[in-house]
Amino acid sequence: MNILVCISKAPDTTTKISFTDGDTKFNEDGVQFIVNPYDEWYALVRALELKEAQSGKVTIVSVGGADYEPIMRKALAIGADDAVRIDAQPTDAYQVAAEISNYAKDKGFDLIIAGKETIDYNGSQVAGMIAAIMDLPYVSNAISLEVDGATATLERDKQGGTEVLSASTPLVISAAKGMAEQRIPNMRGIMAARTKPLQVVPASGADTLTETVSYELPPAKGDVKLIDPENMEELVNLLHNEAKVI
Amino acid sequence: MNVLVFADSENGKVSKAAFEASTYGAKIAADNGGSATLLTYGNLNEEALNELASYGITNILHSSSISEMDPMQLARLTAAAADSKQCDVIIFSHDYTGKSVAPIVAAKLQAGLVTGAIDYPSTGDDFVVKTNVFSGKAFANVKINTAKKVLTLLPNSVSKQKQEASANVEAFSADAGAASVQVKEFKAEGGDGINLTEAELVVSAGRGLKGPENWGMIEDLAKELGAATACSRPVSDIGWRPHHEHVGQTGIAIRPNLYIAAGISGAIQHLAGVNGSKVIVVINTDPEAPFFKAADYGVVGDAFEVVPRLIEAVKSFKAAQA
Ligand SMILES: Cc1cc2nc3c(=O)[nH]c(=O)nc-3n(C[C@H](O)[C@H](O)[C@H](O)COP(=O)(O)OP(=O)(O)OC[C@H]3O[C@@H](n4cnc5c(N)ncnc54)[C@H](O)[C@@H]3O)c2cc1C
Ligand SMILES: Nc1ncnc2c1ncn2[C@@H]1O[C@H](COP(=O)(O)O)[C@@H](O)[C@H]1O
Repeated sequence: MNILVCISKAPDTTTKISFTDGDTKFNEDGVQFIVNPYDEWYALVRALELKEAQSGKVTIVSVGGADYEPIMRKALAIGADDAVRIDAQPTDAYQVAAEISNYAKDKGFDLIIAGKETIDYNGSQVAGMIAAIMDLPYVSNAISLEVDGATATLERDKQGGTEVLSASTPLVISAAKGMAEQRIPNMRGIMAARTKPLQVVPASGADTLTETVSYELPPAKGDVKLIDPENMEELVNLLHNEAKVI
Repeated sequence: MNVLVFADSENGKVSKAAFEASTYGAKIAADNGGSATLLTYGNLNEEALNELASYGITNILHSSSISEMDPMQLARLTAAAADSKQCDVIIFSHDYTGKSVAPIVAAKLQAGLVTGAIDYPSTGDDFVVKTNVFSGKAFANVKINTAKKVLTLLPNSVSKQKQEASANVEAFSADAGAASVQVKEFKAEGGDGINLTEAELVVSAGRGLKGPENWGMIEDLAKELGAATACSRPVSDIGWRPHHEHVGQTGIAIRPNLYIAAGISGAIQHLAGVNGSKVIVVINTDPEAPFFKAADYGVVGDAFEVVPRLIEAVKSFKAAQA
């Protein structure tokens, strides 16, 4: 089974967010970048488990500049077989999806797995767009995945519960918590990753349909109002009369 | 500018998020000299359809041929509906169904997509939408450069507004293609049915509660308030609470009017899921807990004493109101 896993780069979850150039650019100064957690912990690890159980190959793909290579090496260290970097600055989900689709269209992947969202732009867009462009079935927010021949059985999150469903491969999936457990790369994996192939391919020049014109930080919270733990009547009173939420 | 609103339905019921999306779509249409059409599907009775009809929508298109959440079929249905009513703007709720279907519709129509909108777009020369980014730590103003536009609206971002006029309901059918997924089973998560992402009030607790046997008071407080319950990640990881209650960076993001957190330290990854809440109350024994910096009201105290007192106070408040 040949699996393509879409890997994006994201600021570490503890990053303090700030902007430069008149609030038009994310300030990357001193920011530690990681593999987007959904891509690493769930999409990639489940792909590796399926490959290990049934043979095949796991390829990772990123749309990004040379700055993507360290996080791609991390994914190789965790166990991906090879890596493809499509050389373009990712600015919009449609552009990323179109580039990945263009690369994948004649490669015969059985599964294309992305994360449910990136933790920076929280778009939840790329996977569904790949499915649309490639005209493949799509299962979003999948929390489990089994594959038997050309049939995949999945569970997905839905309002009010989870749904069990099946779909045939080739298939596009967005992965959510539950699909696999995080794997820590070992020394052997890290050494092997240095010599695994990381191919750079030119971008096809896909269109971008949206652009971020500016960023804003939420208004600073005022000081917390402390309430006597003995006096919960006062809290209820404030929630009703001052905050007007109950 | 005509607007199409996609309304999800579940077992014959329409969600509150659909009423918010209708209010939102109807206002965008009205402000830009157009009308708003709503598309829904599945088994909806007349009462549910009539309810949907009272949020400023002109036409309701109801497709009863599709009942499962097949994103490909729903996307084709939506594109056909937008085409039939000449809609340039398509609105979804930012819930599981909307997040699944909207990107497909956008890519099919080559329409720019903004997910997680938190306010009305500005629609002068440019169409610019404000959305949550960095897990709620910032907002981005995103400009859509295409004639057709697709948005998903974050729940609890606009308040639903009932209107006098009511919409005309038509049966709608379109070639949605073959089913691409086969739904075998739905496992309901149980509980009292207050959907966490839509809840206006949420009571949440963390590792400070020491064990799952101590959640009774959290559930009681939630019940008194009519709130949903939530938890921090370690609590769902160790299985004290079901995973759908986990809020934060890796769980779900919520923005209720009131978030009460007991025994939660307020780590940045937890805050990422709740800092869009309008009012935050923190109950924690440790006055240095980081959560107090993000709180509006703080109670430095033991949750095992404070929460039962709060339950009593809510009870007497409700008795006095009645
Ligand atoms: C990549 C990544 C993603 C993450 N994603 C999430 C996420 O989505 N959601 C999330 O919640 N976490 C997430 N975390 C974990 C997060 O960093 C914290 O570890 C977690 O939120 C802590 O949970 P807690 O506050 O329940 O527990 P603790 O940090 O152990 O805090 C317990 C709190 O309870 C207080 N307390 C103790 N006894 C009492 C008492 N009797 N009465 C009142 N207060 C009491 C203590 O003072 C303390 O502040 C993530 C971490 C990483 C690295
Ligand atoms: N630049 C990128 N390169 C490769 N994959 C990406 C890129 N951006 C996003 N993705 C994938 O798409 C998923 C959803 O991203 P998003 O739609 O931006 O929330 C991520 O979890 C990744 O799997």
